[in-house]
Amino acid sequence: MAYDKFNILTSTAVPLPLENVDTDQIIPARFLKATERKGFGDNLFRDWRYNSDNTPKENFVLNNPIYSGKILVGGKNFGSGSSREHAAWAVYDYGFRCVVSSFFADIFKNNCLNIGVLPVQVSAEFSEQIFDAIYKDANTEIEVNLPEQTITIKSTGAQESFDINSYKKDNMLNGFDDIDYLQNIKGDIETFANGLML
Amino acid sequence: MSKSLFDKVWDSHVVRKIEGGPDVFFIDRHFIHEVTSPVAFLGLKNRGLSVLYPERTFATADHNTPTINQHLPVEDPLSANQLKALEDNSNEYGISHWGLGHKKNGIVHVVGPENGITFPGATIVCGDSHTSTHGAFGAIAFGIGTSEVEMVLSTQCIMQPKPKKMRINVNGPLGKGVTPKDVALYIISKLTTSGATGYFVEYAGDVFENMTMEGRMTVCNLSIEMGARGGMIAPDETTFEYLKDKPLSPKGEAWDKAVAHWKTLKTEEGATFDKELTFLTSDIEPMITYGTNPGMGIGISNNIPNADAVEGGVATYKKSLDYMGYEENDSMLGKKIDYVFLGSCTNGRIEDFRAFASIVKGKQKADHVTAWLVPGSHEVEGKIKEEGILDIITEAGFVLRQPGCSACLAMNDDKVPSGKYAVSTSNRNFEGRQGPGSRTLLASPLVAAAAAVTGVVTDPRDLL
Repeated sequence: MAYDKFNILTSTAVPLPLENVDTDQIIPARFLKATERKGFGDNLFRDWRYNSDNTPKENFVLNNPIYSGKILVGGKNFGSGSSREHAAWAVYDYGFRCVVSSFFADIFKNNCLNIGVLPVQVSAEFSEQIFDAIYKDANTEIEVNLPEQTITIKSTGAQESFDINSYKKDNMLNGFDDIDYLQNIKGDIETFANGLML
Repeated sequence: MSKSLFDKVWDSHVVRKIEGGPDVFFIDRHFIHEVTSPVAFLGLKNRGLSVLYPERTFATADHNTPTINQHLPVEDPLSANQLKALEDNSNEYGISHWGLGHKKNGIVHVVGPENGITFPGATIVCGDSHTSTHGAFGAIAFGIGTSEVEMVLSTQCIMQPKPKKMRINVNGPLGKGVTPKDVALYIISKLTTSGATGYFVEYAGDVFENMTMEGRMTVCNLSIEMGARGGMIAPDETTFEYLKDKPLSPKGEAWDKAVAHWKTLKTEEGATFDKELTFLTSDIEPMITYGTNPGMGIGISNNIPNADAVEGGVATYKKSLDYMGYEENDSMLGKKIDYVFLGSCTNGRIEDFRAFASIVKGKQKADHVTAWLVPGSHEVEGKIKEEGILDIITEAGFVLRQPGCSACLAMNDDKVPSGKYAVSTSNRNFEGRQGPGSRTLLASPLVAAAAAVTGVVTDPRDLL
């Protein structure tokens, strides 16, 4: 499905400075049983967020009213493991539009790009600076500027640029997805398929 | 320029290159299952699109299916709903569907190769990260998200930048009790779970050349656990022998033509890799994991490392040990376990059941251990019976269940209770992976069998 356009996002951010956050933590398998894409945000980080009796775990960041915003800042190797796009859907459905990490797992990153959540990879040092700034003041705003490919900590002015390939950037800026592109070159695809042995 | 196996297969499937962007990449074979496909079909319907090549997609139900009483209606209404959606969507679009109860039903990465759907030089995707399994045949195979499932259904293509290339060489004879699973867990423990992110791996060296197809599938299956999108092994006589006469393999003249082509699928002398690693089998012993990601593995006779000896943050490491209820420097040998799971797309094939039986033969399951033995498919189940393995495990006090993904991700009722320890032949020991609060120790079928009969973590070499 086509998605919201992404241009410049300025928001407070939610810090989750753990490494190797896998997609089983982002959304456990038992919550993958829907046949429609709705409601996944309720189960985002389910087992870190709620006790087995469904009461909130007070020490988890999503249950701390001090932190909120449209940007999730994770630790290194964010989104490893299962290919479940439900993890990206849960992040989106909860209200995040951007995930920042010093390193992303491949499939999760790809899934985010395909649904309009911008994965921003920063250096380990810059990642630390963001965490420090948020812990110092939870109202710290982060600006993610897709046209300029920059991320800025508003309170300190610290800035870094990030990579995104020009095709995906264009898609995100315009809210296009890959199917829009692929539908337009179906003739080429059919010609290619006709030449295959198996 | 000399080409690698990966280059040959990738480059021959690029429909179009986009300047500054991904390649339009053609997919030969597409597997779907009940969990990651329903929303993709919904997407097709919302856009009014059809399935371009239904004969290139294959559906099987595996992720949420029960492993007992499969002849009865599925009790969980949400699971039943997903299974019905898979069946209805397959029927509507003319896709071959091996649902629950079908004689070819089983785990997607077990039934694909078994039926000759997988072949050398193919490009294969599925909405499941362990699609890397099929790389064992010299295919480029990897997991995709649901948006991409929709792309493949509607256009048989996805948009992918070409990954970097890594070659992992392992040479030497495997020691007593060391299996393909141990080789893979060893490599992951050296690389960490992100060490191969951004790369596609080729496994080379005599260890892989001497492996059976089952062993190669176990190794390639676990490629994703070091962050790689996939891993592959050059096809050879072992590959061709496995595929010959499989139901959907090419036949007659088409077979000869195919094999002639498949024989060219090798990395040429002088081909370059972005990264190359070499390991020796003399350093590999039976492995076991002690933490909450597959990179946290050690040789079974070693102690759990100190936080300062591992890569990454101390806080994350301590959180992990805390979850497992273990301490730094603990020995894994002798740790009490509660559950044993033999199965999954990693170790649910006939060879894995043979290995398990070789240890439990003439012994008895430890009283306090609950064991789930789950074949990867009905075909595997049939062989277990034919080869007399069922008798051996039954005499040892074990029960054979019906095929499915089962306790690997615990979407069905096969859930390890909170706080309990499971020695599992599956692929992930993430927090709660086998049920909320479950604690998983990943290991080979031999280590699982040794734990099942002793009730504690045991070196299988002592029982062989």
